[in-house]
Amino acid sequence: MNSPESSGEEKAQSPALFTVRTAEIVVALALAIGALIVSWSNYQLGAGWNSYGPDAGYFPFRLSVVVFLASCVVLVNAIRHNDRSPFVQRDQARLVAVILIPLIFYVFGIAYLGIYVASAIFIAAFMRFLGKFPWWKSAVVGICVMLAFFYIFEIQFKVPLPKGPLENWLGY
Amino acid sequence: MEDLNALMQGFGHVLGWQNIGLMLIGILLGIVVGVLPGLGGPNGVAILLPLTFSMNPTSAIIMLSCIYWGALFGGAITSILFNIPGEAWSVATTFDGYPLAQQGRAGEALTSAFTGSCIGALVGVIIITFLAPLVAKFALRFGPPEFFAVYFLTFCSFIGMGKEPKAKILIAMCIGFLLAAVGMDTVSGQLRMTFGSTQLLRGFDFLVAVIGLFGVSEILLTMEEGLAFKGKKAAIDLKVVFKTWAMLPRYWVTLLRSSIIGCWLGITPGGATAASFMGYGMAKKLSRNPDGFGKGAIEGVLAPETAAHAAGTSALLPMLALGIPGSATAAVLLGGLMIWGLQPGPMLFIEQKDFVWSLIASMYLGNIAGLLVVLSTVPLFAAILRIPFSIIAPAIMVVCAIGAFTVHNAQFDIWLMVAFGVIGYIFKKLQYPLAPMVLALVLGDRAEDAFRQTMVGSKGALSVFFSNGLVGTIMVLALITLLWPLVSAVMNGLRHRATLRSSTQTS
Repeated sequence: MNSPESSGEEKAQSPALFTVRTAEIVVALALAIGALIVSWSNYQLGAGWNSYGPDAGYFPFRLSVVVFLASCVVLVNAIRHNDRSPFVQRDQARLVAVILIPLIFYVFGIAYLGIYVASAIFIAAFMRFLGKFPWWKSAVVGICVMLAFFYIFEIQFKVPLPKGPLENWLGY
Repeated sequence: MEDLNALMQGFGHVLGWQNIGLMLIGILLGIVVGVLPGLGGPNGVAILLPLTFSMNPTSAIIMLSCIYWGALFGGAITSILFNIPGEAWSVATTFDGYPLAQQGRAGEALTSAFTGSCIGALVGVIIITFLAPLVAKFALRFGPPEFFAVYFLTFCSFIGMGKEPKAKILIAMCIGFLLAAVGMDTVSGQLRMTFGSTQLLRGFDFLVAVIGLFGVSEILLTMEEGLAFKGKKAAIDLKVVFKTWAMLPRYWVTLLRSSIIGCWLGITPGGATAASFMGYGMAKKLSRNPDGFGKGAIEGVLAPETAAHAAGTSALLPMLALGIPGSATAAVLLGGLMIWGLQPGPMLFIEQKDFVWSLIASMYLGNIAGLLVVLSTVPLFAAILRIPFSIIAPAIMVVCAIGAFTVHNAQFDIWLMVAFGVIGYIFKKLQYPLAPMVLALVLGDRAEDAFRQTMVGSKGALSVFFSNGLVGTIMVLALITLLWPLVSAVMNGLRHRATLRSSTQTS
């Protein structure tokens, strides 16, 4: 964990990964393309009028046209405003990646290990590598938190969560 | 009178030991949710909603609405002690709350924030008690065109009153509608926008979207700031509480003004955040010593908290009476109603009398209980924030993942949650508003059904929306709110030009 002082210093020095302008343009283009795909899909389905009233695609088709037009407006505004302030700085991007990438591994892990084991590993790894806790403390916290969750969900509320080999072996 | 009797019966229902227990659990969970970054009113309620599927609706709504009250209270703790708003609506509380804490008057600031919140909420509930049945009775006359008109008004006022760029509000809202339309079409049974994927057949559940948009994205944003919590100590003893309470009557004007602002913005979908800023601004403008604001004025804490809580509470009025939520959290609660098998809308006051009046009764009790709980447990919750972020962040992620999974028992939903988290992160940074998106996602199907039923009835003539006085008035109101920014800009321009001309003439 960075202390506020040091991160403040780094923020001032850290170069921008890309600017607000770039981000605005990319998002607006993505939205416009998405809107075109969706409107085409709804057009195929029928965006007009049949004997019972509006077709299934009537409402969504018009909405996607609105999204397309509005994203064009955003695009034009973004180019005109030319906001060169940073969208994310390199340090910030690193911090976000530090949580986003493990999160993706974690969601993968749920499919194979079950949610309890994957979560315990996720919490412990986070504490070990980001919080610089000794490994035994990380392990204890990770396991205890998940035991508490197991008690609440599996035993108290009887909500089935994805389980893996360990729970099968224990007979749950 | 009849309504008051019903309310008394409601109190009778709520005062069972089980419901009181659920109420306290809800408030405690709510405060935790309000204190932690990344968990807030909407996603706190969304995560816990699946646990209530098997409860009876009355107990379930009591618990969930108490989470909402708790979250409203909890936001103030972090903003006063840590200068970190736990919720968007407590940003204005930091302006004077943190300076007070720095001066060692944290106890006073907290007591007045909580008491102000409670007063604001009670004013909101009183308004609900008397106004909601009337609104519902009036709305019984509504047919599909009128309902569509009211939906239209809601969405227009979001666009007209939103602070974000209008095109972005429009995009966010339409994306919400489009996401709601994915999957099986309710009228024709055709598949829409599934692109051949079986996972998309189920459509997008708003609960998953809320957890991702508000929970995961918030953690990403907090992470980006490299946050480390450094807080002030807080101790509240009875002496401070009573001293502060004795002082409060002096500020009755502020309290009343903020309550009214809050109720107004809560019923019209302005939301608690707008209300808190407006409450603060008005208090500063009309105060006898505006210079004290920002340096630790008690009024500066009272005004935004009262307004935020009044708005948060009265946002439930349109939800109960019309089936149209006034805030993101109210939207999630509305989704809950549908899951428990209740049909939201004006018929609720007739068909589910017990449910409605128990909920209203629980609002009175919940807010008073909330005040007592929060006053006695502040040090405990302040301690939560001293837990290192490297434990809290993954734990919140795990809770979010569990919440997303339990909605449909589908692992695909966890992926969706992550995707919504990234979208929410980008949207927040680029000022795309999230609340209209969630609202559209919840109301999308209902709004579309109302529109299509109307169109079938009128054989496609849009003139049906102006066919009688009632629906015409609502539509005109909607168009006015939609075009209001345009109108006021033109008027300002004209006035500006007029003053220019008069000044050139005189010179």
